[in-house]
Amino acid sequence: MLTLDRVTKTFRAGAFGGGSTTAVDRVSFSAAPGELVSLIGESGSGKSTIGRMVLGLTRASSGSLTLDGEQVRPGKDFYRRVQGVFQDPFSCYNPVFKADRVFALVRRAYHPGVPDQEWAGRVEKAVRDVRLDPGQVLGRYPHQLSGGQLQRLLIARALLLDLRFLVADEITSMLDASTRIDVLNLLAGLKERGLGVLYITHDLSLGTYLAERTVVLRGGRVVERGDTQKVFGNPLHPYTRTLLAAVPRLNQPWTSAEPVEACAYHEGGARDTDLYETEPDHFVACAGLPDCGRTSA
Amino acid sequence: MTLTVNDLRVHYRTLRGEVRALDGVGFDLADGEILGLAGESGCGKTTLGKSLIRLDGRMRHAGGTVTLDGEELPLSDDRAMNAYRFHRISLVPQYSMSALNPTRRIGRMIRELLASRGVSVDTGELHRRLALVGLEPGVLERYPIELSGGMKQRTVMVISTLLDPSVLIADEVTSALDVSNQQAVVGALRGLRDKGLVTSMIFVTHDLGLTSHIADSIMVMYAGKLAEKAPTKVLTTEPRHPYTRMLIGSLPQVGARYKDKPLSGIEGSPPSLLNPPAGCRFRDRCPLADSRCAEEPPVVEVAPRHSVACWKAA
Amino acid sequence: MSTLPDPAPETAAAPAAPSAPAAKPGSEWLHYAVRNPKLIIGAALVVILLALGIAGPMLLDNDNPNEYVGPQAAAPDGTYWMGTTTFGQDVYAQFVHGLRSTFLVGVVGGAIAAVIAMVVGFLAGYRGGLVDEVLNMLTNIVLVLPALAVLLIINAYMGVRSVAVQGLFIGLTSWPWAARAIRAQTFSLRTREFVDLARLSGSGTWRIVFREIAPNMSSYLFMMFILLFGGSILIASSLDFIGLGPTEGVSLGLMLQSAQQWSALQLGMWWWFIPPGAGITAIVGALYVANVGLDEVFNPKLRES
Repeated sequence: MLTLDRVTKTFRAGAFGGGSTTAVDRVSFSAAPGELVSLIGESGSGKSTIGRMVLGLTRASSGSLTLDGEQVRPGKDFYRRVQGVFQDPFSCYNPVFKADRVFALVRRAYHPGVPDQEWAGRVEKAVRDVRLDPGQVLGRYPHQLSGGQLQRLLIARALLLDLRFLVADEITSMLDASTRIDVLNLLAGLKERGLGVLYITHDLSLGTYLAERTVVLRGGRVVERGDTQKVFGNPLHPYTRTLLAAVPRLNQPWTSAEPVEACAYHEGGARDTDLYETEPDHFVACAGLPDCGRTSA
Repeated sequence: MTLTVNDLRVHYRTLRGEVRALDGVGFDLADGEILGLAGESGCGKTTLGKSLIRLDGRMRHAGGTVTLDGEELPLSDDRAMNAYRFHRISLVPQYSMSALNPTRRIGRMIRELLASRGVSVDTGELHRRLALVGLEPGVLERYPIELSGGMKQRTVMVISTLLDPSVLIADEVTSALDVSNQQAVVGALRGLRDKGLVTSMIFVTHDLGLTSHIADSIMVMYAGKLAEKAPTKVLTTEPRHPYTRMLIGSLPQVGARYKDKPLSGIEGSPPSLLNPPAGCRFRDRCPLADSRCAEEPPVVEVAPRHSVACWKAA
Repeated sequence: MSTLPDPAPETAAAPAAPSAPAAKPGSEWLHYAVRNPKLIIGAALVVILLALGIAGPMLLDNDNPNEYVGPQAAAPDGTYWMGTTTFGQDVYAQFVHGLRSTFLVGVVGGAIAAVIAMVVGFLAGYRGGLVDEVLNMLTNIVLVLPALAVLLIINAYMGVRSVAVQGLFIGLTSWPWAARAIRAQTFSLRTREFVDLARLSGSGTWRIVFREIAPNMSSYLFMMFILLFGGSILIASSLDFIGLGPTEGVSLGLMLQSAQQWSALQLGMWWWFIPPGAGITAIVGALYVANVGLDEVFNPKLRES
C-alpha cells in the first residue's frame, strides 16, 4: 500500500541556504494493507521527518513515496485516505476552541452536505469505536480532558474519513503507562480492519508489541529492517543490538550489547544495494566496522 | 535513617480552590538507600520531590514533617531552607539540559554558581567528580550546546552533588534522554551513591522498568497518596496493591506480542485532587473494589519493609 | 463502519476530568483583569478622557473651537474654565475638540498600521521561504525610511488637510516593528501540531492563519494595537508641533504648537500649554500602563500570586 523508494530529505541551513543537513538518506520500505510497520529510531534519526513526508506535510528532496500506486501529494483527496496522529495531544488541539472542533473541521472539508442529526450520530459512533464515552468527552475543552482521551479523539477523527492509512508519530510517548497500552490496542484494532499503520516510536517494546515489520533508523538511514521477530530475535547490525540491550527490562539484567564480529552486509557479498537480505524479509545495512568491505567473498 | 517523612501534605492554590497534590505521605529513607518514586501523572511524586527542596509560589505546606538526619526541615520557610538546599539536600531537575546558561562555558557557570553560594571548590575535586560520571575535564571549557543531552544531564548531576548532600532527588532525569544515554546516566547516579558522595537518593520517574535497575526499594504513589512500598525485587515480582499489579501488567516487554497475548491498561483516570473522593482513591478503577473500600485503607506493613495501602492486601 | 474488536470486557464508566483544574482562558483573564490596578487605573483614565472628547464638544454652545469668543489671554475663570488664548479662543473648547481629533488619529493610524502589520507578519511568518524574504525586505525598507522626511515632502506637495489623512500616513509608516513581532510569534505557533492537523483537514493558508493562529495570539494582537494606537497619537502630536499638522480643525498637538509660537511660556499663560500637554501625556501614559497591566493578565508567569 505505502511504498518508499530511496527517499531523501535535505534541509538547507544558514542564511540563504548556504549549508545543508541530510535528515533522511535513501530510505526504502513498504507497508501492506492490514499491516503495522514500526519505525524505530532515537532523536535525530529522521523518523518524524519520514512521517511528515508520508503525510505530505514536507516534500521529499528526492526519491518517491507512493500510496496505492499514486504519488503522495497533499490535498483534500489524499487526506481522505491518509491521516496522522501526533505526539503531544495537547499541542494538537487549538487551546482556544473545544476539542470537538477537530470533528467540525473534518465535516466542513469532507462531508459538508451531511445533515446535523446524521453527523452527530457518526461522531458518536466514532467516539465509541475508540472506547470513549461520548457524554464524557464531547463539548469539552482540551485542557479538561486527559492526554489519553485526546489521543483517542484524534483517532476517532481519522475514522470519520475513508481512512486507508494512519501515521502515528510517537502517539504514546506523552501518555501514562496505563493508558498507552489501551491506545496501542486501538491501533491493533484498526489494523484488523484492513488499515495500514506506520507507528513511529523510539520505544522498542511498544514497537515490537504491535508491529509485523520493523524498520530501524539511525542518522537518517535504515540500518536494519524486516519481520519484527527476525529483526529482534536475531539482530545483525551493531546499532540494533545496542538499542535492544539498552532497553531496561523488568526483572532482567541490564547488559551491554555483544559486539558484532563480522559485517553481515559484506559477508553476504552485497555491493550496490543499500541493504542486504540475509534471510527472507530480514534486511541489514553495512555494520560500519573498521575493516568492512575487505572481508567479502 | 537519613530522611523521615511523616504524613506530609502539600496543597496547590488555584483559582478553583486547593488541589491536594500530596495528601498525607510518610516513608523512611535509610542511609545509602536509593528509593524509586514511581507513579503516573498527577500522583504527587513530582510535588514530593519539589517540596523537599523548595515550595514555589502556589504550593503550601499543609501539614506533616520531614526530618533530615535528625533535624526537622523548615519547609514553609524559604529563607531558612537556604541553609539546607544544595548543602544537605539537592535536586537534579527534569529538564536540567535546558537549565544550563547557553552563553556561558560550563566551567565559568559552575564557578559563578558556587560563588553565589559562598562556596569554593578546587578544580582537582571537580575533575575527579566529572571523571566519576564519565566526563572528561575538557567539558568545563565547552558551551552547553556542544554537549549531548546525556552529557548535560551528567554535568548538572555533578553540580548538584558538589557539596556532598545527604539526599539527592533525581527528578525524571532520564525521561528526555535517548535509550542509549539512559544507561550511562543511571550508572553515574549509582556511582555517586556507591562512592559515598551522596548518602541516599530519591529517584523520581514514571518508568517502572528503569527504576527497577537502580532503586533498592520502590514506592508507588497514586492520587497524592502512597499505594505500595517494597524492596525492588519484591515489588516487581510479588506486588500486592491492585494498582501496582495492573501497572506492571500494562508494561509491554520487548518480545511481548499483541497477537499472542494482548495486554490491557487501566481504564479511566485518577480522581480530581481538588475534591478527592472519600475512601480509597483507586476505588473507581479497581477490579477488586467493594463496599469496604469506601473507607480509606491505612498504610499497613504486610511484610518487613513492605507497606501497602489496600484492604485486600493486608 | 464496523466496530473495533473488544479485547477486554468494559468495566465501569471512566470518571471525569483529571486533576488539572484550569478555567477557560477567557474567564480566567477576566478574573485577573478586574483585580489588576494598573489595568483598571490606566483604562479608567483613558475612558474618562475619551468620554470627555466625545461628549465635551456636544455640550458646548459653539461649534468652532477656533473662533474668537472671549477676552484675549485671560486666565481660567468661571466662564472660560481653561482660560483663553492670545486671540481670545476658548482653550477648553479647543481642548475637548482636540481630544476628539487626537483619539481619531490614534484609531485611524493604529488600525491601518495594525492591518498592514498583520497581513505582512502573518504571511511572512506562516509561509516562510521566498515570501518571507521578500516581505522582510519590504519591512526593512519601510523601517529605515525617515518617516519625518517623507512626511515633510508629502506635506510640501499635498499638504495634510485632515486628521484622517494624517492618520493614514502615520499608519502607512509605523507598522514595521509590529509586523516583525507578529511574524516571530507566527513562526513559533506555526510549528504547533494543531496547525499540522488543520492542514490534514484540508484547510488553506488564510483559513489557518485566521482561525488557528490568530486566536492563539489574540492577547498579543490586542496589546499590539494599543501600542500602535498610543504611538500614533505621539507621532501625530509631534508632527503637529513642528507644523506638519492638519490645516483645519484643532488637535492637542496643534494647541501646543500655537502656544509655543505665541510665547505662552514666556508670557506665563500656563493654561494654554499645560492642558494639551497633560492631555497627551495622560492618554499615552495611561495606555502604556494599562498595557503593562494587560501583559500581567494574559501572562500567568508575570502574576504575583
